[in-house]
Amino acid sequence: MACNCQCNGNRAAIPPEWQEKFDILDQYIDSLELEKFPDRKRGCLIQILHRAQSLLGYLPEELQDHVAKKLAITRADVYGVISFYSYFTDKPIGRHKISVCTGTACFVKGAGKVLDEFRRRLNIREGETTPDGKFFLGALRCVGACSLAPVVMVDDKVYGNMTAEKVADVIKEYED
Amino acid sequence: MKISSPADLARAAEKENTRPRPPLRILVSMGTCGIAAGTAEVLKELYRQIKSRNLENAVEISEVGCMGLCYAEPVMMLLDEQNGKRFIYGNVNSSQVSAILDAGINGPAVGTTTIERNWYYPENETPADGELQARIVLRNTGRINPESLEQYIASGGYSALAKALTTMKSQEVIDLITAAGLRGRGGGGFPTGRKWQFAADQKNPEKFIICNADEGDPGAFMDRAVLEGDPHSVLEAMAIGGYAIGAHQGVIYIRAEYPLAVKRLENAIRQSRECGLLGKNIFGSGFDFDIEIKFGAGAFVCGEETALIHSIEGKRGEPTVKPPFPAVQGLWGKPTVVNNVETFACIAAIVRKGSDWFRSIGTAGSPGTKVFALAGKVAKVGLVEVPMGMTLRDIIFIIGNGIKNNRKFKAVQTGGPSGGCITAKNLDLPIDYESLKSIGSMMGSGGMIVMDEDDCMVNIAKFFLEFTLDESCGKCTPCRVGNRRMYEMLEKITSGTGTMETIEKLKILSHTIKDTALCGLGQTSPNPVLSTMANFEDEYIAHVTENRCPAGVCAKLIRYTISDRCVGCSLCSRGCPVNAISGERKQKHVIDPDKCIKCGVCFNVCKFHAVEKN
Repeated sequence: MACNCQCNGNRAAIPPEWQEKFDILDQYIDSLELEKFPDRKRGCLIQILHRAQSLLGYLPEELQDHVAKKLAITRADVYGVISFYSYFTDKPIGRHKISVCTGTACFVKGAGKVLDEFRRRLNIREGETTPDGKFFLGALRCVGACSLAPVVMVDDKVYGNMTAEKVADVIKEYED
Repeated sequence: MKISSPADLARAAEKENTRPRPPLRILVSMGTCGIAAGTAEVLKELYRQIKSRNLENAVEISEVGCMGLCYAEPVMMLLDEQNGKRFIYGNVNSSQVSAILDAGINGPAVGTTTIERNWYYPENETPADGELQARIVLRNTGRINPESLEQYIASGGYSALAKALTTMKSQEVIDLITAAGLRGRGGGGFPTGRKWQFAADQKNPEKFIICNADEGDPGAFMDRAVLEGDPHSVLEAMAIGGYAIGAHQGVIYIRAEYPLAVKRLENAIRQSRECGLLGKNIFGSGFDFDIEIKFGAGAFVCGEETALIHSIEGKRGEPTVKPPFPAVQGLWGKPTVVNNVETFACIAAIVRKGSDWFRSIGTAGSPGTKVFALAGKVAKVGLVEVPMGMTLRDIIFIIGNGIKNNRKFKAVQTGGPSGGCITAKNLDLPIDYESLKSIGSMMGSGGMIVMDEDDCMVNIAKFFLEFTLDESCGKCTPCRVGNRRMYEMLEKITSGTGTMETIEKLKILSHTIKDTALCGLGQTSPNPVLSTMANFEDEYIAHVTENRCPAGVCAKLIRYTISDRCVGCSLCSRGCPVNAISGERKQKHVIDPDKCIKCGVCFNVCKFHAVEKN
């Protein structure tokens, strides 16, 4: 497909350190048997991006190009999807992802104060990573563990019944 | 195990039901909240003790889904089916496991918390007096191991599919669901039978049936509980629906925030394929059906069916104008039915027990049950399933055991960000789709957030608006721009710069957005504002005329001062993150209002109640 972005077809090359991960991704894409329904290839885009983000931690330009080529769609199509869904990010994020649940149950039980305390202690706002690349602070909508509200997730671990006072302890757990 | 006829299925059920089993079963709830509360450690200890006591043949451990007793997680149930005895332990920790095993079925064990059961399983038990809850949707959740196909089959699983495929015509299935009066449990309340009929009437060789498991309403977790606790019930119902409308492919669209539910669904699909319960020629009927899973990626609007379909097609999840309805032109342009998880979870029970049975539960206009996720300031947070027509008072004050910490009930929010709040004056209203709509709220997916006197309703409205603002896809102007303007007005009100005119404008804009937005998300986004305004107008007025937040929540309207009760312990000044508090030791301290960020730390740490909030 002709590219209209004036890049003259010079798409970003894959950096060598990612080659291995791109190979794993390619294997995954091949396992999806895209050619079974050639006009429905795009239906696999979101699951491919999920897999890619779990491999690389984020979705850099090189990857967006690569996936676009594989699915025979434009990079704008891929980027449009990435920017629409809050789960995807095209920027590298911290090693530990802190997500404060701001669902309704957590909200009425004081999630705002917990979030404020994380902001203050880490000195970053939601959607940002600490300068040392250690923590990413985000908010999420409901993990469905409302009985433990307010809830904070760090990577895959859920912390229930959070208070502003417990924030320091949680951060400490991830000190090297 | 290959199941290719109803007789095979009956044999599989018989085999599981008559298999020699230990007299005692221990059920441990391994849903997401159970695991987060520490069930995994309890389970580990349980396995360890069973092994060291050589009880492997005397006790069977079942890892089950959510039992609905979320407030008491980790939960463990000891069950002696033959003698009809059971004990439910709540807030179990590993150190209690030993005592619980010592006491066994003759318990309860000393030093533990036992829980009275107040629900029943309608297919094999009759309700005792005073039991308010029913179990249709959650019939297997928290009772069988969700990773065991055998246990599902033993409790009647897949017999509804066998019945539909081998004894009923497609049209008969649709007629049955129509007669049962089942309505969409995702919130809309559209009659499921009619939806199926529309799709069945389309002459197209390719159709789709989609399960909407994109449970995005914050505070709603019933779909997660069903998928984690009883995944096969959804697969079975999708196959029945596929047969009814003539679809051979099902798609489950599930949100990425539910990894455990995904894992259990994948396992269930694999098991069903291996047995031939999914795939070609199911039960020898000549009907082919298969299911695939598609993932969401964190977009609330994808719960809207046209947006959901776009998302499955790998596009931005933006809704489109209906008609054409998905039943005519849906996924990949083919006729498509989209039903919610909870709706599907009712189907097999209806096929097994008939439409009259289903209609005997609930109200005439809304038959059956509804699952509610009871959360917020209620004493017993949990998953409850009640017949339609029950009053909020029964749900909140009897099942939920009232408000936490003896505070006063203020309102309950149903329908999530699209719903409204219901106040004390409507607590005795029997709830169904119509009654909730008539009081400015809606059924929604079933989240029920209870609020007490410490919650500021203007702030709650602002919270929900912030949510829709975040989740608006931006396609239509009323939602994209209108909600932003509404949010700014609420921001003004909660920071004390609003006027009566702001309130008036807010009201007008709410109605405009309601009338002009493209999809359900935008059309319902002003609901929280309108309903809090209707019920708590005095709070709005207090914010703008007196610069006062009656609940003491809106930070910009709060002032912290220190009274003469201060003994000068300096606890507050040491805790203050911005050094706004000064004073000599053993002297009264003062707060500098210009420096104060109103974080409330001083208020919380003071042991002498000297810090006052007003």
